Amino acid sequence: MTRPVSGNAFLEGVVADTPGGEALVTCLQCGTCGGSCPSGQDMDDTPRRLFAMIGAGMRQEVLSSNAPWYCVACYYCMVRCPKDIPVTDIMYTLKRMAVREKLYDDRDAPDWSQSFIGFVETYGRSFEFGLATRYHLTHRPLKKVGVGPLALDMLSKDRMSLRPDRIRGIDQLRAILDKAKLQEVA
Amino acid sequence: MRYGYYPGCSLTHSAAPYDLSARAVSNAFGLQLDEVNDWNCCGATEYITINKAAAYALVGRNLALAASQDGQTDLVAPCSACYLNLRKVDHNMTAYPKLAERTNEALAAGGLHYDPGSLRIRHLLDVIVDDVGNQAVAAKVTRPLRGLRVAPYYGCLLVRPQLNGDGRNPEYPTHMDDLLSALGAEVIDYPLKTHCCGGHMTQISADTAYELIRRLLKSAQDYEADVIVTACPMCQLNLDAYQSQVNRHFSTDFHLPVLYFTQMIGLALGMTPASLGLGREIVSAAAALAKIGAAVPEPEAAAPRRKRAETGLPMPRRRGEG
Repeated sequence: MTRPVSGNAFLEGVVADTPGGEALVTCLQCGTCGGSCPSGQDMDDTPRRLFAMIGAGMRQEVLSSNAPWYCVACYYCMVRCPKDIPVTDIMYTLKRMAVREKLYDDRDAPDWSQSFIGFVETYGRSFEFGLATRYHLTHRPLKKVGVGPLALDMLSKDRMSLRPDRIRGIDQLRAILDKAKLQEVA
Repeated sequence: MRYGYYPGCSLTHSAAPYDLSARAVSNAFGLQLDEVNDWNCCGATEYITINKAAAYALVGRNLALAASQDGQTDLVAPCSACYLNLRKVDHNMTAYPKLAERTNEALAAGGLHYDPGSLRIRHLLDVIVDDVGNQAVAAKVTRPLRGLRVAPYYGCLLVRPQLNGDGRNPEYPTHMDDLLSALGAEVIDYPLKTHCCGGHMTQISADTAYELIRRLLKSAQDYEADVIVTACPMCQLNLDAYQSQVNRHFSTDFHLPVLYFTQMIGLALGMTPASLGLGREIVSAAAALAKIGAAVPEPEAAAPRRKRAETGLPMPRRRGEG
C-alpha cells in the first residue's frame, strides 16, 4: 500500500505520528489543499509545497514555516484531497514537532495552545476569562485594547465567568494525562 | 429516547443560551439528555497541537465515563468542536488498535477503560433531524417563523471531516435548511454555509479571522438575511461577539444577529425568548424577532447587592443568588 519512506527520517517521523499519515507519500502535488485553504494567503508555504518539502527532507524549513500555525482546522483540504491525505492532522503533527524542537517562527500560537491546556490540566475545564487575561496581558497587550469592551459585553450578558469550574475527578484526570505524557516522549 | 449529553466547556458560559435552548427543545421532543458525569474539556484544537497522546487520553476519559453510564449508546454533543474531537478519537481508536491500546494504558492510570466503537457520537442537530424528524418538528410548531429570512450556517466541524461516511455532503449539507423550513422560516441558499469562522484565529491572528468573519457576514447581508443560524458555539462567538471588531476593522456596518438552531426551534414551538437564553447575544436580535411577534427580554436590572452577614466570611456569591 505504501511506498518505502526509508532514508528520510523526517518524513518517517511525520508519518509515524499522524493517524493515517502513510497516505502522505502518495501526494500527487495537485494543489487542491492550498486552493481550498481559507487562510492560504497568510501562509509562507501552501500545504502542497510543505508536503514536497517534507519529501525532500527539509526539516528545518518545514518546521519553521508559519503555514501549520495558520491552519484553521476547517478540514476542507482533507475532504477534497484525491489521495485521502489527512492534511489537517499532518498540520497538527508539524505543530507538535515545531513546539518540541522550538522551531516555530512566532510564539503567539504555541503560547495560546499552551495557556489553554494549562487551565485544562489545572481545572479539567477550559477557563476563558483566565485564558484571555493571561494570554493577552503577556502578548501584545496594546494591540488588544480594542477587545476590552468585548469582554465587558460578555460579562454583562453573563457569558463569561470570572471563576474557573473545576471537575471533581481532577486527580484522576492528571494521573491519566501524566501517563499519556510519558508515552508521548517514549 | 435517552442520550448521553456532553455539553462541553463553551456551553457552561459563553454559549449558555445554547445549553438552555438545547435542553428545553430536547425536553419538548421527549429526548432525555443525561449529562456525562464529571466530564472534562475535549481539548478543543489546542491539546493536539502540543501533545497527541495526552489529547487522546483527555477525550478518552470522556468516552469512558459516557460509556459507563447505564445503557448509554448514543453520546450527543451540541458543540461542533467537541463533536469532532469525541468522534475522531473514537474513530481513530477503532481504526488504529495501537493508538487504542496506548490510550487505554493512559486511561488505566485513572482506573478507566474505553472500548472503541461502543458509543455512537452524534451532533444534536443530527439527533433532531434524524431521530425526531422535520415532520414531527413541524407538527409541533405553534409560532411559525414566517417572514424571517435565515442564513443556515453549518461551519466546518459539523460536516467535516467525513468519518465512517455519515452520508451528509461535507460542503453543501441541507439538513439544517430543511429543519428551518419546517419551522416556517424563509431559508436563504447561503453560499458560504460551510466556510470557516476563523476558529481560534481571533486570538492569535485577528486579521486572518476578521476577514473570514467579514466574508460570512457580507454574504448573509447580500442575501438579505435577518438572522444567521448556527449549530456551533465557536461560530456563534466569532460572528456575534467579534462583529463590532469586524465593523471597526473594515469600516463596515453589519448588524446581523447570530442565533442557535435550538433557539429557532424553541421560538417556533412557542417557548418564551427568556427560556431560550435570547437577549444574551451581543448583536441584538430584537428587530429580527419582532418580525415573528417575539420580543427580546429586557436586560435584567442589576440585582441589589446582598447585605453581607457580619459574622460570615466574605464568600463569593453564586450565580443566581441574591
